[in-house]
Amino acid sequence: MPSREGTYGLLAEFDTPGDLVRAARQAREDGWRRMDCYTPYPVEEAAEAIGFHRNKVPLLTLIGGLMGLAAMFSLETWISTLAFPLNIGGRPPYSWPAFVVPAYEWTILWAGLSAAFGMLALNGLPALYHPLFNAPNFRDGATTDKFFLCLEALDPKFDLVSTKLYLSTMSPVSVTEVEY
Amino acid sequence: MATKEVKTNNPGVDPATGEFRVVAVGETFKSVTEKITRIVLTPHTPLGWLALFGIAGGGATMLLVAVTWLFLKGVGIWAITQPVAWGFAIINFVWWIGIGHAGTLISAILLLFKQSWRNSISRFAEAMTIFAVVCAGMFPLIHVGRPWLGYWLFPYPNTMDVWPQFRSPLLWDVFAVSTYATISVVFWYIGMVPDFGTFRDRSHSKIAQYFYGILSMGWRGSIRHWMRYETASLLLAGLATPLVLSVHTVISFDFAVAVLPGWHTTIFPPYFVAGAIYSGFAMVLTLAIPLRKFYHLENLVTERHIDNMGKVMLATGFIVAYGYGMEAFMAWYSASHWEAFMFWNRVFGPMGWSYWVLITCNLAIPLTTLWSRKLRTNIAFMFFISIVVNTGMWFERFVIVVTSLYRDFLPSSWGTYRATKWDYMTFVGTLGLFTTLFLLFVRFLPMIPMNEIRMILPAAKIKPKAAVGGGD
Repeated sequence: MPSREGTYGLLAEFDTPGDLVRAARQAREDGWRRMDCYTPYPVEEAAEAIGFHRNKVPLLTLIGGLMGLAAMFSLETWISTLAFPLNIGGRPPYSWPAFVVPAYEWTILWAGLSAAFGMLALNGLPALYHPLFNAPNFRDGATTDKFFLCLEALDPKFDLVSTKLYLSTMSPVSVTEVEY
Repeated sequence: MATKEVKTNNPGVDPATGEFRVVAVGETFKSVTEKITRIVLTPHTPLGWLALFGIAGGGATMLLVAVTWLFLKGVGIWAITQPVAWGFAIINFVWWIGIGHAGTLISAILLLFKQSWRNSISRFAEAMTIFAVVCAGMFPLIHVGRPWLGYWLFPYPNTMDVWPQFRSPLLWDVFAVSTYATISVVFWYIGMVPDFGTFRDRSHSKIAQYFYGILSMGWRGSIRHWMRYETASLLLAGLATPLVLSVHTVISFDFAVAVLPGWHTTIFPPYFVAGAIYSGFAMVLTLAIPLRKFYHLENLVTERHIDNMGKVMLATGFIVAYGYGMEAFMAWYSASHWEAFMFWNRVFGPMGWSYWVLITCNLAIPLTTLWSRKLRTNIAFMFFISIVVNTGMWFERFVIVVTSLYRDFLPSSWGTYRATKWDYMTFVGTLGLFTTLFLLFVRFLPMIPMNEIRMILPAAKIKPKAAVGGGD
């Protein structure tokens, strides 16, 4: 449980995605690990710069899809052979080709829901409060046209004064201290 | 992802590619954001919007009246009877679902193909999908006669100990359409989350901040979030792609699995899907052309979009033409008396006029003119074409449903079909409902995905030196 008092981190603001990526890459090479970039649109290079390469969304989607497939196909089989067998034009109770369509739809349904809600869960959303919203310049830019690098206080290298100096060597527009 | 695709944004109209630009020169992160947030985050509702909302709301009210009367009296108020037991309800269902397909095609398939021109039209195309599915989904429900028992379609444990029959395409439809509606809504909402964040941060009124703040779920643009978000979007697109192909396929099974001449044909699935995309793109144009004019979005929805949509319509129009040709060919080649008669009756019978409306609207007018680039970039002409194709596609469904049914195997049971005022009220009412929902969407939600537009702006390009050099 991180402390809920004091400094969350230092937030450096940049004007262009190029400046942000350069700064993030530098910080990563200098040994920073507890950091994140905030951008108004996905900047793949920034994710690579902070060493975030893979995520678990595809795995969740696969599991969800397989569960949907298995659930619907077994439901259809159970209903048609055991629970309520009907003779439709002499077709066998277990007419699997006919079961493919709903099973296919449920594969997509559950895979899609797993992708969407899995993504939200892994992101820790919804989270209506976050310390960064306290930074005066964050909300004005992060969702519009500015690019931010945040070095977090939880990183062992963090020190309010020296980190501030360190960030200002990267020629940001501003460096702001973010309170919890 | 899309940062590599900015080469078309060179200054000048189209020096590099010879194409119209996707986003006009001079747009920046800030200006794009301003343009789109301004439409929503203003306390002033344009008079034109209010007027249109009044008219559309009137239409939606008419739908309410028609459906209320239907619930009181039953489906006898419609023109459906023997031999034409499927009438407007099924025609409208297939037409509306088809319209929805272009939205999914634009948002999903074109995303997978990395067609960055789609970015500015994807959001309202998705909205169009959802509202079209809302209108479509209503029809089978009110068509079942006792709509309050509609939930019997779902497999759920009940005291009657009865379960659905999974060998029927009508039940497949339940799963296809409900999945389609759910995935479309999820895709649409997830796509809007970052833009809700922008609205939250740019709005000055407390209510708007709370409203969009909650909708945005606290989106803050973390790069880790963005990467998972991008993965989820791509996966949803990958899932929606087979879905969009399967939904109209399953709907065509409703017809094709029956043994009726005119329905019992294997060309139906591809021909239905192509027709769906054809009419869907027409509807996107019908909506996009007035919207870009009214809200001055010509810099974001450019001639390039109109031109490209014209090309897609040309291609799918020809697939549809092939479908019509194949129907005629199979009527002869099958050597079946019933097939041949059905086709002759469809074209030259007492309701043959509907076939010729369809040929005129779907083939004769669009497929001769859409070849011309000059006409494809002529906004007024494209609006006209979009209306023509929408009409033609409605008549295609009319032809399939009615002209296959009204003269069946036994001449003594032949009949005709003449829609009642309740049929017309219900149909026009769904147009009103659709327009009402769309107007609300335009007023309160981000109709152009700002985050996706930012990706294709020249400023999003990271110079290789900056991207590689930094840490050395």
